Amino acid sequence: MAGARGGGTDRMSALLREAAMTGLLVFGLAVALVGVRIQDGAALTPLLFRFDDAFTAAAAAAMGRLGVALLREGRAAPVLAGGTAVALAVALAQFFFPAHPLMLALLFDTAMPNWLITAFAGFLALSAGWRLRRARAAQGAGVPLEAILSNRDAAMDRIGAEVQRVARYAGPLILLLALALPLMPFADRRLIDVAILVVTYIMLGWGLNIVVGLAGLLDLGYVAFYAVGAYAYALLAQYSGLSFWICLPFAGIMAAFAGLLLGFPVLRLRGDYLAIVTLGFGEMIRIILLNWYQFTGGPNGLSGVPRPSFFGLPFTASPPEGGHSFHTFVSLFWPLDFSPNHRVVFLYYVILAMAMITNLFTLRIRRLPIGRAWEALREDEIACRSLGINPTNTKLTAFAIGAGFAGFAGSFFAARQGFVSPESFSFIESAVILAIVVLGGMGSQIGVVLAAVLLIGLPEFFRDLHQYRMVAFGAAMVAIMLWRPAGLLAHREPTMRLKVPAARGGGT
Amino acid sequence: MNALPLLSVERLTMRFGGLMAVDDVSFAAETGHITAIIGPNGAGKTTLFNCLTGFYAPTSGLMRLAHDGGEFLLERMEGFRIAARAKVARTFQNIRLFRGMSVLENLIVAQHNRLMRASGYTLAGLIGLGVYRDAERQAVERARYWLEQVGLTALADLDAGGLPYGDQRLLEIARAMCTEPRLLCLDEPAAGLNARESAGLNALLTFIRNTHRIGVLLIEHDMSVVMSISDRIVVLDYGRKIAEGAPEAVRRDPAVIRAYLGEEEGAP
Repeated sequence: MAGARGGGTDRMSALLREAAMTGLLVFGLAVALVGVRIQDGAALTPLLFRFDDAFTAAAAAAMGRLGVALLREGRAAPVLAGGTAVALAVALAQFFFPAHPLMLALLFDTAMPNWLITAFAGFLALSAGWRLRRARAAQGAGVPLEAILSNRDAAMDRIGAEVQRVARYAGPLILLLALALPLMPFADRRLIDVAILVVTYIMLGWGLNIVVGLAGLLDLGYVAFYAVGAYAYALLAQYSGLSFWICLPFAGIMAAFAGLLLGFPVLRLRGDYLAIVTLGFGEMIRIILLNWYQFTGGPNGLSGVPRPSFFGLPFTASPPEGGHSFHTFVSLFWPLDFSPNHRVVFLYYVILAMAMITNLFTLRIRRLPIGRAWEALREDEIACRSLGINPTNTKLTAFAIGAGFAGFAGSFFAARQGFVSPESFSFIESAVILAIVVLGGMGSQIGVVLAAVLLIGLPEFFRDLHQYRMVAFGAAMVAIMLWRPAGLLAHREPTMRLKVPAARGGGT
Repeated sequence: MNALPLLSVERLTMRFGGLMAVDDVSFAAETGHITAIIGPNGAGKTTLFNCLTGFYAPTSGLMRLAHDGGEFLLERMEGFRIAARAKVARTFQNIRLFRGMSVLENLIVAQHNRLMRASGYTLAGLIGLGVYRDAERQAVERARYWLEQVGLTALADLDAGGLPYGDQRLLEIARAMCTEPRLLCLDEPAAGLNARESAGLNALLTFIRNTHRIGVLLIEHDMSVVMSISDRIVVLDYGRKIAEGAPEAVRRDPAVIRAYLGEEEGAP
């Protein structure tokens, strides 16, 4: 840092050149992609020129690059000032004069890119501020700044450890909030629907966490077991007429069996090879469902999948002949009108209970020999064999149990939708579930919750942002992979402690 | 004790294509003895270990392990069964700990099979039966015992991968001992240790032999370790056994000296 101050003006002009090059590059790209647009159905000018937007993009990129470069050189103060100024200016302009001609000329015409500029400038200013504070702390403590900065990974791990410590108390609190959610005044149909979706993915994440996080078997075809569970319930209900609660265990067992079926041929594979085979397996299941139309309905899927009942009481407006539906039954004790929301709320509690069972099961099994054997297998398979652990059985149980939970979630999915088709089980679903596990921090239960809320909940809520939704999704993924490659909350607590007094001071 | 030695290896041969890694080697190892296997690099020592512990299936030959009136033909058993049933434990030349798990967990994983049985293959453990809790307490006690023997008690809750190199070697031996083996195979346990750590290792191995009365098979290059603690030495060179006997005899054996120091004529 001290060396960088040597040739002050030289460095400065180098930085400016770097920023200008970035701006030029962005302008070159933007002039074709953004600057010219073909208009459909416009009689006079088929081409729409938006060169001002290309300039804006170039200027934003150049300024951003300058800020990043200055930060790299350790000059945080101007970045703090500039970043704050740009963020404030753009935000205020966008907020108060979104349609002012000057505004249209200087900034983008649509709101989203402007907000992105604000966010990025704000982020630069924040990190500059963080650096300044650190530098002051370092001066005070007499520690070189670089030492503190290089400690960031350790600090992040400490954050993970801290969150997990807090999670022990926050977990029940989150559960209470989740339980109370449908009773909240702001809880509308849409919110509960999103919540059901999020909790389904949390359950899937927890299930996959057994396979990927604990046993270390990279499974890219997890959605196949979800599909097996969904179709198992749909078909069982169709052919046998059994209720959801009777079919649910069968669906889980069926999916677990599919897990075993996949497990056998891939026993010897690890890492990338395993990922490829499981990916293929996932596609196979989907294509079988698509083509075996006599049985599965093919691309049309299966409709009329029976909805789960409340201990035999259906959620219908008019009760069945000589029986009760949910609201008429409750009305015997408590006046209750029919509302379509009852079923949604009930479904929410069902999936919440199923997810919590998955969570408790995982937490418990981690402390059992089989769970430790999974983790040991992830760490070193050869050492496991030398200790007398049967790797075949250990891997197969991981596959089967993980698949079983996907099966439960799948049959819930079928019951909730009332309709299943192969479209719901494409590879992207596997990728999203895996992303939840990996981004959350492999093996971290609370990390899965956080990642599911981030990856499923927020995009669902921000559907209004249409095309930018997926851009934000991708940007979030890239950001996490850059700053937190091990996942948001990757920190492993040992499953047991010896509790030796001396170990307290043994280091971190 | 019956008349059979703990381990008898007869005419063991392991061929990789045209390479005879182990060539017609026969020897025996006794309970309560430390048997060292020495030889120059590439002599086939680790291959021999890999055959014994089931990582390789030998091309031909017999490996018989006898203890408690039972007999195990190792060449017919799968690797993990050799560890689980025949009670052969091993360490590795390049340390193989479960690095992301704590020191204590490493030792608990080593007791997997006993704990699996106690947990009713997970079912009883899942509902939290007392049987399993007792078994787990015993497992922790055994782990604590071995941690004390190797002097790592204070580090029990740290990640195994974060330990200093010498401690990792000791932990690997402790982990092997937690499986309660009858035969302990150590692949270069003193490699990379300094003189003080090496002396500690000597003391540990002597303790294991004298107190726990098991057979120890030791691959080692460090002659100060080999000569001071082994009861018997087997010397391999190019896959063949060239000498066997008590340390003093082996030290003076001309064939051994030739193999280590070389002679004008290259050996066939």
